[in-house]
Amino acid sequence: MSDLTHPVTSPAARPGRIRRWFTRPATAPSPAPSPAPAKRVQFDAPLLPWIFLAPQLVVIFVFFYWPSVQAVTSSFYIEDPFGFGATFVGIDNYRDALGSREYQRIAGFTALFTVLVTAFSLGLGLLFAVKADKVIRGRSAYRTALIAVYAIAPPVAGLMGMMLFDQHIGPFVTLAGWFGYEMKVGINYWDTASAMILISVWKQVPYNFIFFLSGLQGIPASVREAAVIDCRGGFTRFRTAILPLLAPTAFFLLIINITYALFDTFAVIDVMVKDKPANNPLTLVYKVYNDGFRGNDIGGSAAQSVILMVIVLVLTLIQFRWLERRVHYG
Amino acid sequence: MASITISNVSKTYPGAKAASVSDINLDIRDGEFIVLVGPSGCGKSTLLRMVAGLEEISGGEVSIGSRVVNQIDPADRDIAMVFQNYALYPHMSVRENMAYGLKNRRTPKPEIEARVAEAARMLELGPYLDRKPRALSGGQRQRVAMGRAVVRQPAAFLFDEPLSNLDAKLRVTMRGEIRRLQKRLGTTSLYVTHDQLEAMTLADRLVVLNGGRIEQVGAPLEIYHNPASTFVASFIGSPAMNLLDARIEGGRISLGSTQLDTSPVYGHSGPVTLGIRAEDLTPAAAGLPFRTDFVEELGAQRLVHGHVDGQPLVLTLDPAMPLHDEMRLSVAAARVHIFDTTSGKRLDLVRQTRQAAHQPA
Repeated sequence: MSDLTHPVTSPAARPGRIRRWFTRPATAPSPAPSPAPAKRVQFDAPLLPWIFLAPQLVVIFVFFYWPSVQAVTSSFYIEDPFGFGATFVGIDNYRDALGSREYQRIAGFTALFTVLVTAFSLGLGLLFAVKADKVIRGRSAYRTALIAVYAIAPPVAGLMGMMLFDQHIGPFVTLAGWFGYEMKVGINYWDTASAMILISVWKQVPYNFIFFLSGLQGIPASVREAAVIDCRGGFTRFRTAILPLLAPTAFFLLIINITYALFDTFAVIDVMVKDKPANNPLTLVYKVYNDGFRGNDIGGSAAQSVILMVIVLVLTLIQFRWLERRVHYG
Repeated sequence: MASITISNVSKTYPGAKAASVSDINLDIRDGEFIVLVGPSGCGKSTLLRMVAGLEEISGGEVSIGSRVVNQIDPADRDIAMVFQNYALYPHMSVRENMAYGLKNRRTPKPEIEARVAEAARMLELGPYLDRKPRALSGGQRQRVAMGRAVVRQPAAFLFDEPLSNLDAKLRVTMRGEIRRLQKRLGTTSLYVTHDQLEAMTLADRLVVLNGGRIEQVGAPLEIYHNPASTFVASFIGSPAMNLLDARIEGGRISLGSTQLDTSPVYGHSGPVTLGIRAEDLTPAAAGLPFRTDFVEELGAQRLVHGHVDGQPLVLTLDPAMPLHDEMRLSVAAARVHIFDTTSGKRLDLVRQTRQAAHQPA
């Protein structure tokens, strides 16, 4: 077709030369004049594809690679708070961060927070998906109601959470009051922690719900029916015949949820602790922000974010190395 | 092993206006191989699934053995089912797939192993026991699905179009294997198919379904030679039985302007539908005027398509016989089936010579 649309250029040489721009040398040595697959788009100017790719590349570079390099670089410097200069300090920033009791405490809380948020959002998402999958009448209304929460932006979710736990109007505070407990979110460390976990879980459950539900619907009806004949107990059947088929979904969600708990809960935490007295639970990401943008300790904050990056990298590697082996992809 | 009794069973899906299956009565003897056959949407699968317990029974009763199973969990009905798309557990090996149902029933381990080994030997699955289903071919998967049913040693096998996903050649082989296995184990079997050839070759008794109702029940040859209606006549047998518009006047059957040279029939006059099997027509010196349209060569025989009196007609001929564009065809009186034109039901008219056609198959 390209020959027809560009009759002026020499049709024999061009497609072969341009194909070389796209293919790796390993596959290229095949005889050049072989007709290109019909679906592949051929460009006449070698620069054209790069122009098309440019916006994406620029975005990735500006918002990902450049800040990453910046973070790694500045983690080895102590920067003047007013931006007048930076001193190279080697790994001192790392040593300070990892050696600090406060940092260790926050790391401990972050671990607990991540485990709880991930476990509860995955568990509840799965539970709702299994239940919603069985609903026949009014299924779409039911599902929409469950998914709707996902459309709420994290800061708004945090705000709503704050209202639910408000000292004066919060229904959860009233509820705790009925049991004789005076809940003080924003003042009591563990009260704040529970509220934080609850809101973070609530925000993430719909996401997991969507994936688990579609995962469940991807399981062939006949396999479920075969299991119904083979196994009487509903729970055993679910555990042995259905759950293993959801493993790829669950594995994907596990990684996403850990990342969510580590990073994306920032907005929720921000809304909940911003104007509150000091002794409140924080996660590592929030501390990065606190130290860097409030404490103006750019170097220390950069070192912490590099540590965080390494933690996520290691976690993901472990998951792929150890967990994925047990995952069965259909 | 057990008999299965289906009495007055019907099924209406919630929200549906008409019943999908209505008022089915069927007695299946112990060890019998019953095939439910019919076009898609005739309710055969629904009926099977009601026996399995995968579909709720709207009315009537299903008993397996002496037990009414309407309210009994599928797992407790003592049946094993083979599905069209095999329905193997993709995350389990062949061995685990077969053992799964037994393990859940707390069968002792050595017994499970013995039964799986026996089934694997019978179905020649030995080398594949530790493979996952995705590493098997379609035929092997189907054998695993059968193995899963066999190890259970159930009261009944339920087959839901188990061969439809296989290619034509494998289907013939597997058909034989299923029949051999069932003969050997003597397990009562209920088999659903839309393939009339599969139905004919497998069944002890055939149940022809149409529109949620039983059209006819009987041994394959009994149904072939004595279809109860035009529906059964056109569904069972390949090529389909020729159905021609004709009239009976004063005991004589006439087709257009030609009168059939058969002994007189009594008890009906007016328009009727004539049914004649392709192989019952023979070229003769006198008879129905036939014009050939085209010929299909099948090797052992040839199908000659043409028409008589403007109506399409097929006959089978020996390839050695000479072909002519115009032929005269005769048919034995005993081989002519007569159906009511409006209801499609068979008319068993008084005719002495009919007895000959009723030789027990």
